Amino acid sequence: MTTAAIDTSETKEYFINMGPQHPSTHGVLRLLLTLEGEIIKNVEPHIGYVHRAIEKMCEKSSFQQIIHLTDRLDYLSCHMNNEAVCLAVEQGLEMEVPERVKVIRTIIDELNRISSHTLWWGVMGMDMGAITSFLYGFREHEMITEIFEETCGARLTMSYNVPGGLMFDIPPHFQKMVKDFLVHFKKKLPEYDTLLSNNIIFTERTKGIGYLSKENAIAFGVTGPSARASGFACDVRKLKPYSAYHKVNFKEIIFTEGDCFARYKARIDEMWESVSIIEQLIDNIPEGDYFVKTKAVIKLPVGEYYQSVESARGEFGVYIVSDNKKNPYRVKFRSPGFANLSALNKIAQGCKIADLVAIMSTLDLVIPDIDR
Amino acid sequence: MKILSIYDFSNLTQAIHTWLSGKMSVVSTQVVEMILVGTVFLLFFAVLGLVLVYAERKVCAIIQVRLGPMRVGKWGTAQTLADFIKLVFKEPLITRDADKFLFNLAPFIIIIASFMAVAVMPFAKGLQAMDFDIGLFYISAVSSIGVTSILIAGWASNSKYSLIGAIRSGAQILSYELSAGLSLLTIVILTGSLQLSEIVESQADGWWIWKGHVSSIIAFVIFIIAGTAETNRGPFDMAEAESELTAGFHTEYSGIKFAFFFLAEYVNMFIIAAIGATVFFGGWMPLHVGNFEAFNNIMDYIPSVVWFFMKVSAIIFLMMWFRWTFPRLRIDQLLTLEWKYLLPLSLMNILLMAFLSLMGWHF
Repeated sequence: MTTAAIDTSETKEYFINMGPQHPSTHGVLRLLLTLEGEIIKNVEPHIGYVHRAIEKMCEKSSFQQIIHLTDRLDYLSCHMNNEAVCLAVEQGLEMEVPERVKVIRTIIDELNRISSHTLWWGVMGMDMGAITSFLYGFREHEMITEIFEETCGARLTMSYNVPGGLMFDIPPHFQKMVKDFLVHFKKKLPEYDTLLSNNIIFTERTKGIGYLSKENAIAFGVTGPSARASGFACDVRKLKPYSAYHKVNFKEIIFTEGDCFARYKARIDEMWESVSIIEQLIDNIPEGDYFVKTKAVIKLPVGEYYQSVESARGEFGVYIVSDNKKNPYRVKFRSPGFANLSALNKIAQGCKIADLVAIMSTLDLVIPDIDR
Repeated sequence: MKILSIYDFSNLTQAIHTWLSGKMSVVSTQVVEMILVGTVFLLFFAVLGLVLVYAERKVCAIIQVRLGPMRVGKWGTAQTLADFIKLVFKEPLITRDADKFLFNLAPFIIIIASFMAVAVMPFAKGLQAMDFDIGLFYISAVSSIGVTSILIAGWASNSKYSLIGAIRSGAQILSYELSAGLSLLTIVILTGSLQLSEIVESQADGWWIWKGHVSSIIAFVIFIIAGTAETNRGPFDMAEAESELTAGFHTEYSGIKFAFFFLAEYVNMFIIAAIGATVFFGGWMPLHVGNFEAFNNIMDYIPSVVWFFMKVSAIIFLMMWFRWTFPRLRIDQLLTLEWKYLLPLSLMNILLMAFLSLMGWHF
């Protein structure tokens, strides 16, 4: 059923609503597809089904409370989101947090990235029809979640950061747990390649599919692994190192193919880099305080503060305008999912429905992150 | 090389026939026997569906490092039954503007097609409802009736997802029917008969998969690929493709009508596995190795029906293994695989087999 075989003058375009309830939109995202047979002519994302006005709620909340709202954006990289707000507030207070805090934040960041990527890997496989990978991905995701639970009591919405440091100190067996996990994970990561990356069906489905050029990646503001797969070096950890990232050696994973497989591979390789970052830090957690005491009511000096971090999906930015009150005057989140989604139409045109699923998986969309 | 007579079902069927003939006229004997056979097949279908769904869940659970159903009954054995009861009591929804007659007709066609195919299956020695001289041809003919049901279901649902799924499925099943048929023909060259009982008998001194050299192995590989595609199972579950089309052609079906499609999928899997076992692995014929008499005698002690179901289970396991480890192909890749690779390969394979057969190079 190639396009050449069909006389398109006799066929008619038609519309399909993909979503808001659809297995592969992974949330309430509605895509209005214009199709010609199975060929996609246009993709129009309709968002807002889980819009909770989080930015508006932030204006009514104190700076400590904002952190708990950011968990509900991209729930898979909640710690990075928390950290972005904390860093912005600390920037406003001109506060220097202890080295211990920086290192612990970085370790949890990377654990969070691995957990997000393992879940993404599982879901990616499921979207491509290999349901087994979902369970394998969740197995590792679950182990990290248990580490988080031991550390801060929460499994998904952690809120482990507070302005000035961390909510609790790490538990005494934290290092052992993380090391045990890394030993396990380094054995299992090659299994991921066996199951999907080296599978001929999978490579056929992803290689050369859904091309995003570097120019388009920049033009649409695509960040994270999705953009780095197109050759756009945009890793905030490299460009504007925060926490302890200036102390560790890691590669920025860059591919130039720009197709689904490159985006897939970028995330797989990123997991290896995360493992290496954690390994460099886990034995070198400095002694000291795990927080700096702040006032019960934090008031930022009048001004604008922007802090971006590299979340699992790309650049997550927090923009705070303060008028020296206990609530911020205005808060804006730069969520990576929203920008990445905007490129979907460009990438998906001319592809088939099955390709669209692959493209959406490799863009790794999290709907609450898009809708806010 | 004789099958132990205690395992020969023809004694049993003959006894029933004689007993019935003594009681009533020829016509009523016929009618009663038909009803008997029909009832047995209905029961067999129900049990088959339950067992296969349970087996699939457990196999998939083992592959996915989890336990699978464990709560209902011992090791979750009654889970499928519970699900079936749930489906029966569900409301049968029909979409607005759906073609009600066709919508309701479609599930029956697919079930009837599967029913008809099972009719000629040689389950054991003497246990075969009908023994056509064109059995193999008959099976491949009736098993393609199922596709009309899928097309009808997709068309009548008045849903675009269903329609895309149905059209995909139509293209897919029609294409793979060719390869499946040709790979079976490859073995028919050796057997010289389309009659299933004769195909089984011809493998008394070894199964065709061994006797037919590399050619029959190629034929089997093609058959299992085409067979998996014909049953619409992963990695060829294009018609369902739940991540793309929610549930493909049966998106709009619910309740017992959905259960029919579900059951048909598993029965079709059984049929494909049974044909594969019969044609390539000797059906109910025990494993015999040349002149190794002692070994052959021991093998003969295992009832033929056990042999049949062992082989079928092995092939079904293989198909489940496919489904739970491979990603799904895209529709154009699927058709490319068939028309550019499998079909030319099976045509050449037939030539090769004809050559081998002419030269007498098979065992």
